Amino acid sequence: MSDESLIDLAERVEEALEGAVLKHEILKGELVLHAGRDAVVDVLQFLRDDRECDFKVLIDVCGVDYPDRAERFEVVYQLLSLTQNNRVRVKVSTDENTPVPSVVSVFSSANWLERETWDMYGIYFSGHPDLRRILTDYGFEGHPLRKDFPLTGYVEVRWDDELKRVVYEPVKLTQDYRTFDFLSPWEGMTDVQLPGDEKATKPARGWIDSRAAAKEKKAS
Amino acid sequence: MSSSADNNALLDMGQETHIKPYTMNFGPQHPAAHGVLRLVLELDGEVVERADPHIGLLHRGTEKLIEHKTYLQATPYFDRLDYVAPMNQEHAFALAVEKLLGIKAPPRAQYIRVLFSEMTRILNHLLNITTFALDVGAITPALWGFEEREKGMEFYDRVCGARLHANYFRPGGVRYDMPAGLAEDMFEWAEKSVAPVISDLDELLTENRIFKQRTVDIGIVTAAEAMDWGFSGPMIRASGLPWDLRKSQPYEVYDQMDFDIPVGKTGDCYARYLVRMEEMRQSLRIMKQAIEKLPVGPVMADDYKVAPPPRAEMKHSMEALIHHFKLYTEGYHVPAGETYAAVEAPKGEFGVYLVSDGSNKAHRCRIRAPGFSHLAALDFQSRGHLLADTVSIIGSMDIVFGEIDR
Repeated sequence: MSDESLIDLAERVEEALEGAVLKHEILKGELVLHAGRDAVVDVLQFLRDDRECDFKVLIDVCGVDYPDRAERFEVVYQLLSLTQNNRVRVKVSTDENTPVPSVVSVFSSANWLERETWDMYGIYFSGHPDLRRILTDYGFEGHPLRKDFPLTGYVEVRWDDELKRVVYEPVKLTQDYRTFDFLSPWEGMTDVQLPGDEKATKPARGWIDSRAAAKEKKAS
Repeated sequence: MSSSADNNALLDMGQETHIKPYTMNFGPQHPAAHGVLRLVLELDGEVVERADPHIGLLHRGTEKLIEHKTYLQATPYFDRLDYVAPMNQEHAFALAVEKLLGIKAPPRAQYIRVLFSEMTRILNHLLNITTFALDVGAITPALWGFEEREKGMEFYDRVCGARLHANYFRPGGVRYDMPAGLAEDMFEWAEKSVAPVISDLDELLTENRIFKQRTVDIGIVTAAEAMDWGFSGPMIRASGLPWDLRKSQPYEVYDQMDFDIPVGKTGDCYARYLVRMEEMRQSLRIMKQAIEKLPVGPVMADDYKVAPPPRAEMKHSMEALIHHFKLYTEGYHVPAGETYAAVEAPKGEFGVYLVSDGSNKAHRCRIRAPGFSHLAALDFQSRGHLLADTVSIIGSMDIVFGEIDR
C-alpha cells in the first residue's frame, strides 16, 4: 500500500466517525490511527465492517508504558485485512485508573489479548466478560511489564521439604542485579552536560552548568 | 444410599439417570497437553460443556527481559519462544530491527534465511503431525518423523553450532556463512531423505481409518470464525482462506520463489493435517530453489556500526577492534521509532512490534505469537465434543508453550 492510499483510508475513517480519530500518522510506511478512548469500539467496528477497510482480523492487542506522559499507557491494536492486504495500527492512551472499553464484542480474539494486557500493565478494560489474570501465577500481585516493576520481581518460590509445599518468599539475590552503563559519552549521553563541554549545544534534559553551580556553592 | 430394589425400580421405569456435570483437571502434566497446559474442563458425562485453558506456567517474562538487553542480546530469547521453530522467530525480530535501522540483509543472507526458514517449517510440521498422530493412537509416525527431524537439526548444528537455540539470524544478515558442502547435503536431504518419509507418513495416516475417525469433522472452524478469532497460518488456511504472508506480503526473496499455498476445505482437524502435509512438500520445493539460486557474496550488512568486523581484520586494524568492542558492550543504537514486522512462521503469523527510544535497548518489544490466538479459540471449538476430541483439537492446533506463555 502506498502512503497516499493509507492517508485516503485514514481520512475516510475520520470523515465517517467525526471526532473519533484524534490524528493519523504514517510511520515507516505503516498507518497509525490515534483514537479517542471512548470511541475505540466504534473505530474498530467501522474498520471491520466498512467495505473499503475490511479489517476482519485483530492480530494483536498490547500495552506500552511511557512513564513520562500524563496518560502513561498506550493500548495498541494491530488490525489486518485479508481482502485488501493491508494493516493498520490503532492506538488509545490511558492511565492506571481510567478503563478502556473492551472490544470483545467486535473481535473475539480480543478476549485473551485484553486479559494479557490487564495482567501485564494493569490497564482495565470495561465491559470485558472475563477479566482474569492470564500469564502470571495464581495470586500474583503487581503488573510486571510496567517500567516501575523491577526485573527481578518481588517474590521467589521454592519447595519446602518440611512443609511439603511450595513457599513464597521475598527475592534474595546472592549477587545484586547489575546494569552496566555502556552508553558511550559521545553518542549515548546526549542529555548530560560533560565537564569541559559547556560550549557545546545545551542538552534537553539534565543541564548542569558546572561553573554556575560552583559559584552558587561558594556563595552559600 | 439407595437399595438395590430402588435401582431396579429406576431401571424398570426406563428413566435416564442424570449425572451431575463435573469439572475435570487436564494437565499440566499430561502427555497430550503438548507442554504445560492446564485445562479445566466442565463435562456432562463425556461431553465437554466448557474448556478453560490456564496458561502461563512457562511464563518467563521474555518481553520484560528484552527491555533490559541490547538488541544483540535480545536475539537469543526468540529461539526460546517456539523452540520447535527457532530461526523463523529470530527472522521476525531481525526484520523489525532492520526496518528501524534502515538496512537490508545482502542477497546471499536473504537466500540463506529463506532456506533455513523453510527447513524449519518442515521440522516443525514433522513434529506436529507425528505427535498429533501419537495423540490419536499412532506411534510409528513419531519414530519415523523424529529421525528426519534429527537430521535437520544437524544442519542447524553445522551452520551455527547449536541444534536448537541457533542465534543465527541477526539484524543485518546471518552470523556465519554456510560451511562448504552444507548446501549440497541439504539438497540431498530434501530430495532423498525427507521426501520419502513424508510420502510414508502420507500412506500411514491420510487414508487411515482410525486417524480419520478421530479427526474428520472434529473442531470445525468456519472462515468467518477463523478471522474473528485471529487465526493465521495453517489454521486459517484449513478454514478455506488462501492467506499466506510469504505470498501476500512477501519478505526477503519469497517473491522470486515458485510455490503454492495449500488451502483446506472443511476447517476441521483433518483439513489442518492435510494443509501441513502439503506445506512440507511446498517447503521442499522452496528449499531446492533457494539452494539452486544461492548467490555468492557477503552474508552480513557491510556496516561495522551494526555488524561485527571479521576476526582477521581485528588483528591489524585498531578501528575494527574498537568497533568490535563497542558492539559487544554497548551494542548499536536504533533510531527512535516503532514498527511491526511479521513473518509466516510454521504456526502462523509471528509478529514483533518494536518501539525504540533511540538508545541501545528496546523500549518495548511486543511478541505476537500465533499459538496464543489459536489456544484462545479452544473453548468454542471443543464445546459439544467428547473429551477425547479435545485432545485431537489441541494436537491439530500445533501448540508450543514457549511462544504462548513467552
